[in-house]
Amino acid sequence: MEHIRTTKVEQVKLLDRFATNNKSLTGTLYLTATHLLFIDSLQKETWILHHHIASVEKLALTTSGCPLVIQCKNFRIVHFIVPRERDCHDIYNSLLQLSKQAKYEDLYAFSYNPKQNDSERLQGWQLIDLAEEYKRMGVPNSHWELSDANQEYKICETYPRELYVPWTAKKTVIVGSSKFRSKGRFPVLSYYHQDKKAAICRCSQPLSGFSARCMEDERLLEAISKANPVNCYMYVVDTRPKLNAMANRAAGKGYENEDNYSSIRFQFVGIENIHVMRSSLQKLLEVNGTKGLSVNDFYSGLESSGWLRHIKAVMDAAIFLARAIMVENASVLVHCSDGWDRTSQVCSLGSLLLDSYYRTIRGFMVLIEKDWISFGHKFSERCGHLDGDPKEVSPVFTQFLECVWHLTEQFPQAFEFNEAFLLQIHEHIHSCQFGNFLGNCQKEREELKFWRNMYHQFDQTLHPRQSVFNIIMNMNEQNKQLEKDIKDLESKIKQRKNKQTDDILTKELLHSVHPESPTLKTSLRFKEQTRLPVNDSLRTIEGSSPADNRYSEYAEEFSKSEPAVVSLEYGVARMTC
Amino acid sequence: MEFAELIKTPRVDNVVLHRPFYPAVEGTLCLTGHHLILSSRQDNTEELWLLHSNIDAIDKRFVGSLGTIIIKCKDFRIIQLDIPGMEECLNIASSIEALSTLDSITLMYPFFYRPMFEVIEDGWHSFLPEQEFKLYSSATSQWRLSYVNKEFAVCPTYPPIVIVPESIDDETLRKVATFRHGGRFPVLSYYHQKSKRVIMRSGQPLTGTNGRRCKEDEKLINATLRAGSRGYIIDTRSLNVAQQARAKGGGFEQEAHYPQWRRIHKSIERYHILQESLIKLVEACNDQTHNMDRWLSKLEASNWLTHIKEILTAACLVAQCIDREEASVLIHGTEGTDSTLQVTSLAQIILEPRSRTIRGFEALIEREWLQAGHPFQQRCAQSAYCNTKQKWEAPVFLLFLDCVWQILRQFPCSFEFNENFLIMLFEHAYASQFGTFLGNSESERCKLKLQQKTMSLWSWVNQPSKLSKYTNPLFEANNLVIWPSVAPQSLLLWEGIFLRWNRSSKYLDEAYEEMVNIIEYNKELQAKVNILRRQLAELETEDEMQESP
Repeated sequence: MEHIRTTKVEQVKLLDRFATNNKSLTGTLYLTATHLLFIDSLQKETWILHHHIASVEKLALTTSGCPLVIQCKNFRIVHFIVPRERDCHDIYNSLLQLSKQAKYEDLYAFSYNPKQNDSERLQGWQLIDLAEEYKRMGVPNSHWELSDANQEYKICETYPRELYVPWTAKKTVIVGSSKFRSKGRFPVLSYYHQDKKAAICRCSQPLSGFSARCMEDERLLEAISKANPVNCYMYVVDTRPKLNAMANRAAGKGYENEDNYSSIRFQFVGIENIHVMRSSLQKLLEVNGTKGLSVNDFYSGLESSGWLRHIKAVMDAAIFLARAIMVENASVLVHCSDGWDRTSQVCSLGSLLLDSYYRTIRGFMVLIEKDWISFGHKFSERCGHLDGDPKEVSPVFTQFLECVWHLTEQFPQAFEFNEAFLLQIHEHIHSCQFGNFLGNCQKEREELKFWRNMYHQFDQTLHPRQSVFNIIMNMNEQNKQLEKDIKDLESKIKQRKNKQTDDILTKELLHSVHPESPTLKTSLRFKEQTRLPVNDSLRTIEGSSPADNRYSEYAEEFSKSEPAVVSLEYGVARMTC
Repeated sequence: MEFAELIKTPRVDNVVLHRPFYPAVEGTLCLTGHHLILSSRQDNTEELWLLHSNIDAIDKRFVGSLGTIIIKCKDFRIIQLDIPGMEECLNIASSIEALSTLDSITLMYPFFYRPMFEVIEDGWHSFLPEQEFKLYSSATSQWRLSYVNKEFAVCPTYPPIVIVPESIDDETLRKVATFRHGGRFPVLSYYHQKSKRVIMRSGQPLTGTNGRRCKEDEKLINATLRAGSRGYIIDTRSLNVAQQARAKGGGFEQEAHYPQWRRIHKSIERYHILQESLIKLVEACNDQTHNMDRWLSKLEASNWLTHIKEILTAACLVAQCIDREEASVLIHGTEGTDSTLQVTSLAQIILEPRSRTIRGFEALIEREWLQAGHPFQQRCAQSAYCNTKQKWEAPVFLLFLDCVWQILRQFPCSFEFNENFLIMLFEHAYASQFGTFLGNSESERCKLKLQQKTMSLWSWVNQPSKLSKYTNPLFEANNLVIWPSVAPQSLLLWEGIFLRWNRSSKYLDEAYEEMVNIIEYNKELQAKVNILRRQLAELETEDEMQESP
């Protein structure tokens, strides 16, 4: 590719950002069209997808070479020292070009990456899948029906083609309502709770300004409310802080006036906007990246970043949703400004809390497909896939994943997937889901913790690195394999036995049998014979056993690497004493 | 004294008990000399069986004639009793107050407790110093057992038997004892077989302002070094504090007099600072306002995790001296009964695989805490809720357990015991039916005749039926040094202790059970596969034999 000038640099050092003794690995750096690859002297490979690179920085030249710091979107930070400045410069320039693509066509395609406009994505199997998903929820039914209003994306470009609305809402109502909603995103069904007959609906903010009204919009909301036969009122949840929503009024947007709508209960839940979230994450990463931090600095940094407060705000909103449906049987309409960031977070997390299906691997993917992709979460802009407006980048989806992670921590058995799955999704693109053990959840104190593995999964010196969950998952897999082995063995033994009895019978008929000598010999040979298969079984087990990996880790790096902060202080102590 | 004098109302009906995560129950409240018991009358089951010695503080309130007693326990649990009748309530409250603060140790429950289980192994004899020494004596002849403290005359807080350098006679030890705080002359704490280096501990040297020195002390310490090699003295106080100690007759080793030793100061907090940290932390954990920022700043303000980090860092430093620098270490603070023991014992957890097994850990607690003279009685007299603060109360042992938990969490497969084992030790250190943690030193325990009059915790815990609850299903013996991470990102609040009564553990318990099941099932399957493979091999050989006889 035209951007690559140097494809291979030798004698490059890779520093550990938390090791204080300047321990480094020396190896060779390769630059390919899609990846940056570092192979160290132990033949361990570090692959970095260009697409994951968030920033590249060239630091001032040092005696050992030219430092190159690469920050990735999956929170990996690598610190290379390239011996010659020219090589470093070449790589730096290439990476700058390669990591920011101007066109969708240049992107390295991976499974969940929305390469095209969100609306174009809704084709093929996904569409079918979602129709099935709605069927699973029990729609269409006597209250909700499929609307063909958006067949050609005429009413709303950022919505899917197939939308579910109350059957009483006629097309004129929908069209009218969409004109009254920002970006035409009128209220539609997001999740239907079959037992409670209550729905989660989503939309964007109304263009109410200070006093504007829209009869169609009011009728549509009433229709949604009526579609729930159990409860006579519905909640309208504005996920923004009240101040932000009021500021929007001046621009002709705003929020629903309770007086104009019959039977709604209006509620703000105060989740901050994408810009606040972006700078919050930035602060969090600064805190995390600081070496030799004291506990107090860490916690005050964590607090002032506000990250966990934002996470909690999203969780609280989702819990509010789930409670409204489970406890009060009330339908909920959720919106923020455009209805594709906070609304996606809250709707999907709320559904996850309510419906155990979304806590399965498949269900989780369906949820992401439904609430994020099909309803037009701007993955490309939020994740900075393209070289676009940096102000559009925001960790909305990361937050959703983190909320789900907190739930998996609190309810480890409620989820089919684990942390690794979430990290994998984050690796590919941000996506999240919510769950449904609400009765407990609302009472649960959320002592939210710092998600170490998300932000430090690549830092070798920060423990813990052994995941109990992974060990157990591996063991579970192994158990399945063993069950299969047992079946195989049993059937083989059965065959043998049958054959033997046949043989013996025939032999008995033909000759008189001499049972002594064979059995005697068998027992002698038995020892040699058994050892082999037993060893074999151990070997196969070790291959998949996490214990195995653990030991190699200890032997190679761990026992040599020293506790980061300790060695620093030790060094200082030695100098002063 | 008769307990009956203290119990004016032994029994009240229609008492309502409120506990976190359980529905309220109504029942009959009974007070005995050592227990508070609530039994719901319906099915005659005990709903609550609480040791008086576990009660840290009580509050009482009245609404009309309905009294409410809020009981705050040393294990941080808070329960509430609604008692009808003002007089009954007042009587109960004053009885609880009196019974939970008995001033005589011999009135404590361990002296009355009669075990309902068969004692297979008497815990009082499970970890005798002679046996422990045998582990070392096969590897080195540099050390010997000394009985110089047989009558507790040389050092009141040391056990009768200590391990000292072979070349130092008892007379020298007596002289050294006069130069060390509380008579705590340097003794062996741990011998590292691989590097042949040792960890020793002692009290601070009594140099005073005019820099007193003691030739015998220098001789003793140097006797542990080989010619030409160096050692490290880790002082668990900051240099400033150590210097101030000179005014009170204490001090630290002067380089000039100990040229083969390098001194490093690692500041570990003590006494009321730790106690206040605990009080703040528990308060933060009990704060029910769901506000993220206040939670984080309260957690930070408690400084608890800072203390954890300091202690772990000092322990890592010691382990590093031994394993990496191959240098022996002497550790002391002021008395050598608190931070010193935290550091020596944690360094052993890091270095010594044996101390990560259940028996090894028990031996460690016996050796490094009980026999080494950690004043459990004083330190654990009260917990986080008590208003009358005494200056010798401090959660030193809890901090140690928390540090072990941090390492356990970072190396979930390297420990034979699990979190429950640590929680159990915490509970028994503060309130127990066993005599193990009574008294402040071996000499006090001897005077109380604990061995004859009470049951040892180890007798109870080492029964196979009990051990299964405390065994880590993931354990795989790991003979390597485990270096914990002390970065703040890696340290966590120990929810199992501090949020234990604030959150339902149902889901976590279920997950744990599931994990145990998966592991058990895995073992079963493996065993079965091995048997079947053997069978198959057997059959195959038989076939071969028959085909080619």
